[in-house]
Parts: sequence; structure tokens; C-alpha cells
Amino acid sequence: MPGTRPRPALLRTLATPRGAAVAAGLLLLALVTAFGPALLGDAADTRDLAARQQGASLAHPFGTDDLGRDLLARVLVATRLSVLLALGATAISVVGGAVVGIVAAVLPAALRRAVNALVDILLSFPWLLLALFFSVIWGTTATGAMLAVGFAGVPVFARLVSTLAASVAGTEYVHAARMLGSAPLRTARVHLLPNVLPPLLVNAAAHASVSLLSFAALSFLGLGVQAPAYDWGRLLNEGARRIYVDPMAAVGPGLAIVLTGVLLALLGEVLSEGGRRRGRAGGRPPRAGTGVAPAVADDAPVVDVRDLRVAFAAEDGSLVERVHGVDLRVAPREVVGLVGESGSGKSVTAMAVAGLLGPDARVRAERLVFRGIDMTRPPSPAERTRLGLEQTMIFQDPLSSLNPSLTVGRQLTEVTEVHARTLRAAARARALAALERVRVPEAARRLRQLPHELSGGMRQRVMIATGLMVTPRLIVADEPTTALDVTVQRQVLGALRGAQRETGAAILLISHDIALVSGFCDRVVVMRSGRVVEELDPRRWQDATHPYTRGLIACVPDMTTDRTRPLPVVEPEAPDDAAPALDPGATDRSGRTGPPARPGRPGRPTRKGVPA
Amino acid sequence: MSELELRGVTVRYGHGARAQTAVDAVDLTVRPGTTHGLVGESGSGKSTLARAAVGLVRPTAGQVFLGRVDVTGPSRYARRTRRRVQMVFQDPMSALDPRLPVGLSVAEGLLATGRRTSRADREARVTALLDRVQIDPRRAGDLPGAFSGGQRQRITIARALAAEPEVLVADEITSALDVSVQGVVLNLIRDLQADLALTVLFISHNLAVVRYVSDDVSVMRAGRVVEHGPAERVLADPADPYTRELLRSIPVMGQPLVLADA
Repeated sequence: MPGTRPRPALLRTLATPRGAAVAAGLLLLALVTAFGPALLGDAADTRDLAARQQGASLAHPFGTDDLGRDLLARVLVATRLSVLLALGATAISVVGGAVVGIVAAVLPAALRRAVNALVDILLSFPWLLLALFFSVIWGTTATGAMLAVGFAGVPVFARLVSTLAASVAGTEYVHAARMLGSAPLRTARVHLLPNVLPPLLVNAAAHASVSLLSFAALSFLGLGVQAPAYDWGRLLNEGARRIYVDPMAAVGPGLAIVLTGVLLALLGEVLSEGGRRRGRAGGRPPRAGTGVAPAVADDAPVVDVRDLRVAFAAEDGSLVERVHGVDLRVAPREVVGLVGESGSGKSVTAMAVAGLLGPDARVRAERLVFRGIDMTRPPSPAERTRLGLEQTMIFQDPLSSLNPSLTVGRQLTEVTEVHARTLRAAARARALAALERVRVPEAARRLRQLPHELSGGMRQRVMIATGLMVTPRLIVADEPTTALDVTVQRQVLGALRGAQRETGAAILLISHDIALVSGFCDRVVVMRSGRVVEELDPRRWQDATHPYTRGLIACVPDMTTDRTRPLPVVEPEAPDDAAPALDPGATDRSGRTGPPARPGRPGRPTRKGVPA
Repeated sequence: MSELELRGVTVRYGHGARAQTAVDAVDLTVRPGTTHGLVGESGSGKSTLARAAVGLVRPTAGQVFLGRVDVTGPSRYARRTRRRVQMVFQDPMSALDPRLPVGLSVAEGLLATGRRTSRADREARVTALLDRVQIDPRRAGDLPGAFSGGQRQRITIARALAAEPEVLVADEITSALDVSVQGVVLNLIRDLQADLALTVLFISHNLAVVRYVSDDVSVMRAGRVVEHGPAERVLADPADPYTRELLRSIPVMGQPLVLADA
């Protein structure tokens, strides 16, 4: 099967200053390792008793040793032995660790526990002690030291690999392989190893730097490389004896150790970042003004958005527009539903309204106002307080929006204590009342519980209760019931409706389920590919005119769907055309007759580098 | 065509006082060549039951039969026979190895047939399977990341089909997908079931979806089957109050949700 994959991430990493520096350093190190002994071997071994124990000079930048040999040449020649020993030890650690870790992962539970316990015991030994122990066994030779340092690192990697492998072994694709009768060794080779390898490489690079230091230390102590061979550690040992007379004799090899160590550590860092680099999408204009939030009339729209455009920085640094000119208005107390598939821009639109988009998003709009506050700029302190009190967000996964280490009660009272400066006792009484109002059973006990002790539906009701702690004007609920069962969904939406009635807040409900939204909202806004395609009165949904809306309604089976016929299917959008599918002009995908190209087509970088 | 029969299957997790019974003495028969819907909320034990059926979980008690062969145990024969029962998972993101080209993932399914095949045969088979699930076979070398959720789910279905299963267990296969993609996958499952005369155990919390694909339905709650029978009868005239509650909770286009507690 053809499996060629481009590696643009690596090239991009190389283009960064750090990536380039690491690449250049590695190249230099490789050259010195390969050619150093051949080119400088003579200079390093030429004795010149007349010039013995000289300090740093132009002829001998690092000075000379007891026999008058040039120390710079010796440091460069020692590179090969030092680097190869460090790499050898690292290879022993990594390969040994990977074998132990992966074997442990595919073993039966009892044996796995035994292996892991052994690894834990070995881990608690200091590596130097292990190395000393091993050098007693293998004698004080360079190879012995390499084996010692290498084996001392095995438990570290065994632990790393077994942890990584355990998380891969729990995935469904490994379960699937098991069901298909894949032998354990094949599963390890095909699935475990490739998925464990990248983090392993990162750690191997960092570990190489540690091994290098370990060797320097062992040789310094006289346990590593023995005369007449020499590595950086031995040179350091010799130089250290006259450090007060000729500091360069010790500083020279020391520099080589430090620079190589830093280089290897940086390599690990560059590997771990590989391709995950994301740029900021242009700063926002600074906040101008007095810092006093303007007063708002009660009948003014809660949300007023005109021509909202949101772009994100793509991996290659260009900007990709995801929302292309959305208009949205939410009146006070109005319940508006935002419907669309994933990638339609519905969540991004809502996040822009709530001012919650991160620094990698570039937001532009003719108007983006929440009750008089311009959300295209970072809010002033006064505005921040008002936003905290008047906006409530409810996300799909309540576990990620609740702090796992704080009790429910603490999180409920936090909002009011921070923004409204309510006294703790009063806030607590209010929290209790809020939980009761969203019909959380045993509310007093729940206040003392942590989020993970509650069920999904219960957590979502706690999130709604946080909204009741303040006086929200807008509740943004982003797929609040998608992870929940239908019966729990009904309870959560009931709590949401109750909260809305009580506080008089408007609701912006985001969902992919048009039937759900139509059953809950006053008005439905249908989005596709970053545009609003239609606004709908849910009571008159049969009047939907846009083919996409009609397709979306038709493709969901209900309890009356004809079982003898295939379900109608929403045609996927032609990838390079923002025209709605089911549109007569766009159905012929080979000879496209869709509308002319518009600026900001989805999936394409647009407006590279235009200032905000 | 084979019958899948679960007889008195009990699955208990943990030991002693902390033990939890996920599945409690469930009897369930999927008639050969039909689709059996299994409905219930999260925690009702329906996914655990599915895992017991394919051998990912060892039942604490009870047996699983495939066409009268006991496939419960760890014996070699049971394991080999069990490969004729394959499963499609809920989350197409985690069901494919992110570092394995999708063609190789599908080829993995061929392992289960136990036949030794040449490379050319394997590639031809993968091409045919990808074509069958409407994925362009020229993309066999792409990684899963290059595909959308719906496409990935079709690839996992192709992988299951490669094993030439007699029984397919579909565990919430559309709940991680957009509604517009759900229809494509449901149509595919129905087509495959009819073309290959598969026996399908279709698990979902969505009653409307289950009704659309299933001939028979079982409703699970707290590890037990509370109601079962032909889909039309169970869903038109549910006897159990819990089934009625499920039915009432389904949002229907254009009808305000009934939010007040009954």
C-alpha cells in the first residue's frame, strides 16, 4: 500500500531560529565526531615537553597538558569517544526500556504488575549507585561504564514506555485488533510501537544529554574511560588539578560537555514541539476609553452582531477564515437556537459573542456588541465585572469547565464573591437555593462534593446553577446535552428553561440537532460553513425555503420515518466551493456551475498577514 | 447466517463490597439475518453487553452462542469462532490507529479470516472494501487524520467487514457523528445487512435511529432487559414505563419539548 507522507512539520521546525541552531549544532557535532580523530589525532598526541603545562595562548587556546599536548585538539578528538559512549548508553536504555515496557504491556495482568513493581524498585535507586554496582561487575573500563549507565537508564524508559503503551493498549483500535485475532506481538509492532515512538524519541534526546553528563562524572571519578584513552570527563579530571593556575584546562572540556548537553536537551525540546507551533493571529487593538461600562437600556438587544468574521492561524502560519460575515441579534429574554454541523462556525460565533476566543483567533466585525460592550476589544476591568455577572457559559463537557479540585459549593459561590463581593455565608445560602431550583436532589450534600462525584446530568445542572448565582442577561449553552441521554437531556433543558424564566436572561442554544433546537427555541438560525443560511420560526418549520435546512430536517429519522426507504442524505459541500449543497447549481460537482468565488472560502488560507 | 444468542449473561466489575453488576442475567437472541436494536441510557449496561458478545469482556456468568457454538471461553476454538462476531465502535476517532494508513487498518481485518493471502490479493480486497463503503480506494495510503468523522466510521465498518463476519455489533456508531452524516452511515448499515445477510446487534440511545434500522428491540435499564419484542410493537405500544419515558424524551421537529416532570 502506498504510504508516503510528506513531513512539512519537520521543515517548518527547521525554519525556526531554535530549530536551525539545533540542526547546525548537530551537524557540527557529527562532523567533529566523524573527522576529529583523523584530522587532529596527531596534534592531540604530539608530545612537546618544552611546552608542557602552558596556559591559554594563541597557539594553544586551551593550553597544554603535562606532556605538552594541545588541549583544544584533545578536547575535539575526545568528542568521538564521549558522544559515542553517551549515545551507546542511551541506546541501551531506550531499547532495553522499550522491550521491557512493551512486553509488560502485552503480558497478563499478574505478570505485568510484577514487572512494574520491579521497575518501580529499580527506579527508586539512584542511577550513580547502580552504575557503581555495574562497574564492579564489568570492571572499570569504558565499555563497562557504557553498560552501567545504559542499564541504569533502562527502568526510566521501561516506566515511560509501559505507561505510554498502557494508554495505547486501552484504545479501541487495539481492541479491534484483538477481536480480529491479531497476535500480541503483531499488535505491539503495528499499533503500540509506532504510537509510543514519538514521545520516546523526545525523551531519548533529553536522556542522551543526561548520559553524557553521567559519563563525564564517571570518568571524572576515574570509573569510566581509562588511560591512554580519554574522553571529556578524563580531560576535565586532569584539568581540574590545575584549575587555579590554568583555568582553561578545565573550562575547555567543561565547555564541550555543557554545549553538547544543551544541544541534546534542545533537540528533545524541538522534537517535542515538532509541528505544534501556532502563531498569534495579530494582536487586538488596545482598549481605549474611560473604563466605565456604558449603561444599557433594558429593551436594547442583548447581542448585536453584524458582519462577524473570525479567522484562525493555520499550522503553516497563514490565516484561515472560519466565520464569513455572520449577522446575529438576540433580544432580551429571547431563546435563539444556532444549528449547524461541526465546522459550521456556530460555536466560534457564540465564543466570539462571549469574548472567549483565544489569542490565535482574529475577530473582526462591523458590530460585535453585548449589551453595550464592544467585544472585539479586550474588556476594561469594569466591563469584565459586568461580563462576569451578565454572561453565563454552559459547555458540552461540564467536567472540563468545572474545577476538579474544588467543591461544587466553592465553585458556585466563587462568581458572586469575585464579581459581586457577596459575603461567603450569604453566597452559600444562595448556592443552596440555586441548586434546589435546578432540581438537584440533596442539594446541601452536593455542595460539599467534588465534580467527579456527580453524574453528567447533575454536573450540567450545577453549571446552570452557577448562572443562577448572578443576574445573567445571556446564557450561552454550547451543545449542553450532546453527551447526555435523552431522558437526562429533558431534565437539563427543563432546568435551563426554569433558569431563563427566573432570571429573564436570553439564551443562545447551540446544537447540531435541529429537532431539539426547534422544540426549545423561539427562533432558529441555521449555519453552514461559517455563514447563516436561513432563519426559521420553529412553529412554521415546514416553510423552510433553503435546501440545506430542508435537508437537515429530512435526514434525521423520527418515530414516523418510512423504514422501507433509505434516509435522505445531505449532500456534502464541494470542498472548494461555499455554495450550499442540494442547490441545483452546485449538485453537478464535476462541471461546477456554483456561484462565483467569494472572498474567504472555507478551508483556504485567506488574507495572509493583513493587519487587524 | 448465524444466530447470536446471549444466555444468562452477567458481567460484574470489581470484587467484594465494591463489586458492581453492569449486566444482570441478560437473555437476548438476535435472529439470523435480522437487526436487533438495543436501547438504554448510559450506564444501563448495553455497551458492556456488546463487549461481552464480542469477547472483549469475559462474562462473570452465562454464555454467548454463535449459531449454537459456545464462544464464551478462552479456548482456541471459541476464540477462532468468535472472530466471526465483529464490532464497530462509537468513536471513529479512537477506533483507528492514528499512525497507520487506513488501507492497512482495513487489511488488518483480513487477519480474522485466517487465510494466508498474497499482497496483491490483500490490496484488491482492501480496494473492494473501501469501495463498498464509498471511500475512494486511492486514499488507502492516507492516515485517519485526513478523513472526516463519517468517513472514518465507514472505514472502521470496512475493517469489520474484512473479517467476513456473520454478526456485526454496532455500538452507538452514529452518536459521535453529525446528524447529516448519520443518515449516510445508517443507510450503509441497512444496505450491508440486506446484501450480506448479516446478523446485526445495533446499540443506541436514540430510539428513532433504532426504530429505523431494527426488526426487534430490547430496552435495557440498570443491567436488565425491561422490555423486548418486534420494533414496531414495542415502540408503538410500550408496556414498560421506562420505555414510555424514553419515547416522550425524543425531540420531534416542530413540537415544543415537554419539559415539565411527569
